[in-house]
This record gives sequence, C-alpha cells and structure tokens, in this order.
Amino acid sequence: MKYISEFRDGELAQKIAAGIRGEADPARRYHFMEFCGGHTHAISRYGIVDLLPDNVRMIHGPGCPVCVLPIGRVDQAIRLALDAGVTLCTYGDCLRVPASDGLSLLKAKARGGDVRMVYSCMDAVTLAQKHPERQVVFFAIGFETTTPPTAVAIRQAAALGLKNFSVLCCHVLTPAAIVGILESPEARAGQIVLDGMVGPAHVSTIIGSQPYAFVPERYGKPVVIAGFEPLDVLQAIRLLIRQVNDGRAEIENEFTRAVTPAGNRKAQALVAEVFELRPEFEWRGLGSLPASALRIRDTFAEFDAEKRFPADYASVPDHKACECGAILRGVKRPQECKIFGTVCTPENPVGSCMVSSEGACAAHYTYGRYRDV
Amino acid sequence: MTQTRKPYTRPLDLKHGQVDMAHGSGGRAMAQLIDELFARHLGNEYLGQGDDGAVLPAPGEGRLVMATDAHVVSPLFFPGGDIGCLSVHGTINDVAVMGAKPLYLAAAFILEEGLPLADLARVVQSMAAAAAAAGVPVVTGDTKVVERGKGDGIFIATTGVGVVPPGRELSGRRARPGDVVLVSGTLGDHGMAIMAERESLGFEGADGQSPILSDSAALHGLIEAMLASGAAIRVLRDPTRGGLATTLNEIARQSGVGILLQEKSLPVKPAVHAACELLGLDPLYVANEGKLVAICAENDAERLLTAMRAHPLGEAAAIVGTVQADDHHFVQMTTAFGGRRIVDWLSGDQLPRIC
Repeated sequence: MKYISEFRDGELAQKIAAGIRGEADPARRYHFMEFCGGHTHAISRYGIVDLLPDNVRMIHGPGCPVCVLPIGRVDQAIRLALDAGVTLCTYGDCLRVPASDGLSLLKAKARGGDVRMVYSCMDAVTLAQKHPERQVVFFAIGFETTTPPTAVAIRQAAALGLKNFSVLCCHVLTPAAIVGILESPEARAGQIVLDGMVGPAHVSTIIGSQPYAFVPERYGKPVVIAGFEPLDVLQAIRLLIRQVNDGRAEIENEFTRAVTPAGNRKAQALVAEVFELRPEFEWRGLGSLPASALRIRDTFAEFDAEKRFPADYASVPDHKACECGAILRGVKRPQECKIFGTVCTPENPVGSCMVSSEGACAAHYTYGRYRDV
Repeated sequence: MTQTRKPYTRPLDLKHGQVDMAHGSGGRAMAQLIDELFARHLGNEYLGQGDDGAVLPAPGEGRLVMATDAHVVSPLFFPGGDIGCLSVHGTINDVAVMGAKPLYLAAAFILEEGLPLADLARVVQSMAAAAAAAGVPVVTGDTKVVERGKGDGIFIATTGVGVVPPGRELSGRRARPGDVVLVSGTLGDHGMAIMAERESLGFEGADGQSPILSDSAALHGLIEAMLASGAAIRVLRDPTRGGLATTLNEIARQSGVGILLQEKSLPVKPAVHAACELLGLDPLYVANEGKLVAICAENDAERLLTAMRAHPLGEAAAIVGTVQADDHHFVQMTTAFGGRRIVDWLSGDQLPRIC
C-alpha cells in the first residue's frame, strides 16, 4: 500500500536495528518513554522490542485517550445515557472503559441506554439533524488530534441552529500531561529514570513541535517526534540514542512528512474559537493537573452538555488493586500489576489501560505476553 | 345445479407488496407465500412432498454430519452477495469442512412485518441459485413472521446434513506439532464488504464499483479436490466470524498446540488492507465466507497447495504457518517487520481506534 508499506519495510528495519545495536553504548542503559498509545501499539504489534538490544528499554506513556479518562467522566456519560435519556455518541474504544457499579457505556447500552458508536463527531451532528425529537450528546475525548473535529462539529451545529446537539467535552492537552509525568512524585524522587521521549505523531501535526521545547530546556531531556509507523519508531529510538550519547537534549523531528514547528494554525484557530482552558482537570493516574484540558467557551454554551444537563462531575477512585495510575506514570510495567492477565483481561478490564489496543496493558496482553512465560 | 366458480386468488404482489402478520399465521396467505415464493424457487421432489418433514433416502455407508447456522447479517444485500446465498454457503461449508459430502439443507425464515416482498423474492432466488449451483437441495423449511421492530428484515437459519465416507477423519483436535497451516485465499473480503456497506463508506475502485466484494462461496468442491490429492489433511475449518485469528485460536486450544504464522505469507487484497488500515482493523480478525484453513502433515503441504491452487476457489491459496508444541496454546506471528507477537483471541468486537 503506497505511503504505508514503505514505513513497514522489514529489510530497512533490520538495517536500522543493526545501526541501533552499533550505536547503543553497551556500558549504559537507555530508558525512553513513548508518549502516545499509537506508538505503544506499533511497538507491540510489530514486535519492535525484539529488534532492540537489551539495554534499550521502552516505557509506555499516558498518551492513550481512553486510558487517561477517569472513572468519573465515564460515569457522567453513562448517567446522561441512562438517567437523562439522551442519545450518547462516542468513539469505539470509549465504549468499553470500566466505570462505577461494574458499568461501561457498552453495558449501559445493554440496559437500554441509547449509546452509539460513531466514526466521526459529524455523524453525531447528522444524527441530531435526523432526529430532532432526540437530545444527542457527543462524548468528546482525546488529545489535540481529535479536538479540531469537535470544534468543527460545534460550529456546524451552531450554523444549523440545532437545539438538540451538545458535547460532553473531555479533550485533554499533551504538554500538560508531559509535565504531569516529569513532575510526578516518583519522577522527583528519582524512581523513574527517563533518558528521553518519543514525541507524539498525530498530536504534533496539530500543535507543531514547538510546544515541547520546555522538555529539553527545563528538564534536560531529548524529544524526538515520530510517526506511528514502525520504521518511524525505530528511527526515533536511534535518534534518541544519538542525543544521549552526544550529551544533547533537543527537539528533533523524525515525522517531517507531517509535522512542522508551528503546526496547523488553521486547526489551532478553530480550537481557540470554540474552546478555552479548564483551570484543572482530573486525569486517571496523573491526578488533577492544572490547565490540562479544554472546555467549551460561553459563546457556544448552549452546546455544552455539562450546562444543558444536570451532570456534575464527581471524582471516583480507581479499583484498589489496579495499577493503571502507576503504569500511566511509567512507574510500573503492566506485568508488574498483580491483577494483570488474571482478574484484569481485555474481556473483563478492571482498569482503562486494558481496554484500548493503545493501552499499555492491552497491548502487552494482546501482543507480547508470551515473553512473560 | 349451480356451477361453482373457479376460485381466483390474487397472486402475491412481488413488486409493491410487503410481508404482513398474516403471512405467518398458518392460513391462506402463508400457503400462498410458500407456493408462490419458496416452493416456486426452491422446489424439488422432497420439498414438494409438502409434509411436516422431508422423507429422505438413508445414505449407504459412512457417518452423518449435521451443522446449523443462523444468519442475521445487516445489510441484507451487500457487494458480492446477500443473506440468501450466504445462508446456503455458510451451512454447506460447515458440513463440508468435516470432510462430508453435503446432501440436504433445511431453512427457517424469520421475517419482519413490513419487509418488501420484492426483497424476500430476491433473497429466495439467490438461495435457490446457490443451492442449485452447489447441488444441495433445500428439502424442508419453516416461516415465521414477527412484528415490525422485532426483527431485522430477514433472519435465516439453515441446517445441513452430509455424509463422511468411512476412514476420513477431520477434526480441530488433530493438529500436531510440525504440521503446516494453509489458507485457500485472501482474507477479510466478506467482513470488509459488509462494513463498507453498513457504514456507507462507499469505497470506489477505478471502475466506480466497490473494489471489495464478499467472497461468499460453497467450498465443498474445493474440499473434494483437496481430499482427492491424497494429502494427509488433519483439520479443515472455515474462518468466518472472528476471522483467521479466531479460527486458529480455536484449533490451537482444541488440539493443545501452538501455531506460528508468517505475516509475509498472509494473502490480503490491497483494497481490503487499505480499508482495514483506514478503520484501524486487523484483517486477521475480519470474517470470510468463502475461505478455509487447512492443517496437514508437513510432507504433504506442497502437494495440497498445488491441489488447492488448481481449483478456482483456491487460486490464491498459501502456506501461512506451522503448528508448534506450546503448553500455552498461543497463536503467534513473525511480523513482516521482523519481530514477533501474539495473535490473540478477540475481546468483544473489533472497535476502531481513536487517534
């Protein structure tokens, strides 16, 4: 397939892997975090770990949209579907995230809630147009990649004068999460060693590479922005190793075919028109982070589901045995969680990291657990 | 003496008519539906008996195989097929992969009130054509009608009976370490054809038609050719719902073995690959309706492959993996990229990824 198979070339992978083995200093260890779930997925699915020397370790980061969604937010969506009787639309992975009382949106659907999976938030707008008698709520989750389409949907709904469309906005911001990782108690106490970061792919197409400048400047750690294809990831790891070996800490862009320093200004303007910063937002695993998420501006208040329906947010603690929090902060690996693969499996996920194929636990369980036995 | 008038029954309005509750009530309307639609298209000497069950000649020797399959596909019509031919092919294949010659089919229809009779006629004609092409008659059937909103147009459950000749042993329990895994053609065609239609994705090829067609087909002819090759076939199975990955996991568990696939060898059409890529799906988990998996002794693999490729339904057949000793019964894959990963059971439905 043109423009994809080129980035999955096995022979080229062997060459880069040989390069990595040649450049990695056997006398030291390298710990890199891939921020995005898309990278986690690629690493697991293509078996990239098999191509890396033992002293290069990848740590899975928190950049999986459904993983960082706290229970309380899913509860809010479920209450809208079950109690407020709305038609609740959201993206596929979101349906299986475990919430309170053993529920998920998929289970709420089985209980009679009108829950729909959509491929695009514009599908939710179309649904609202077709069914003026129904209140349609789009449960908007995700990082900067999915935010511009939500902004477009809200503007479209305003242009159409729709009175039955609103958005439960849970869009979150990548740089704030990176700060959350680097400032976590474990990071400050030196319990996590992090030598560099594979920077986001699709998120960076929107925000550009500039917003990560604080990582090398303030924390002295290199960032290499990489695409989601396996060769992208391998090449980024090689570039990170070079920076570490040279004692450099810079922003490098491996994903030049899509990412520029300033990003997509048009998309940024759209987002700024419709959304504003929330003072703070609770993340799963990272706790409450200041200025880390977006809410709908007053100009578009009528499309804000939190204002239209009585759906206050209430924080709910994670399951006691679940280590999703520590895994999302890079402190623990999935196989170090006591309930990994026993009580918590993709069929019956206890924590959010076991839900999406981008989640660290689901990726390891689905693709890599043969390494544990 | 008064003359009785010849009774006149208005024929079914196959152009504008709809299924109504009377078509399932057991009265004249139902008799008419059976006569003018089912019997007319599917008719044969056994169905024509008109009794509660079909009386069939007992097969001479061998063992009976019986399989049943309920079909609830939405949409009813999709590129490359429809629920009618699917319900014939699916059950014939379930019988045939046991090594049996399929002999007879039974069909039960659950129709939703309001279904256009034209759609029903199209489905029944498609079933009739599929059954005739396969040489497997529908010998008995049943029709029920449910109220509007309680069905999805048409559900069709078919049951098939066949005979396995003495000495032929095929089962998901018979794979052994060292055996070779083959597939009869490209993976994921049916599932992606359905998905493209269901989600109105409107994939277009250079000719303006959808480049992705369902592979719905009866496989008993291909299977006969494979068995005739003399290769020591241990397992045959059709990887329908859940795709190749699910079928191989079932076999690995049943036989108590592991399986190692080679990603490079898996046949997938470029259009299906592209559509899966777009939706974040894995063709290994996408349904097929006209493909089979075969597991055979290592030394016979090439001979079997040659026999498969010589048949029109096996032209794209390929050797895709090997059976291994593995206490965990993992299905694993050497990726084209050079790494290794598990090909796990699917949890729930495949859902598209977010970013």
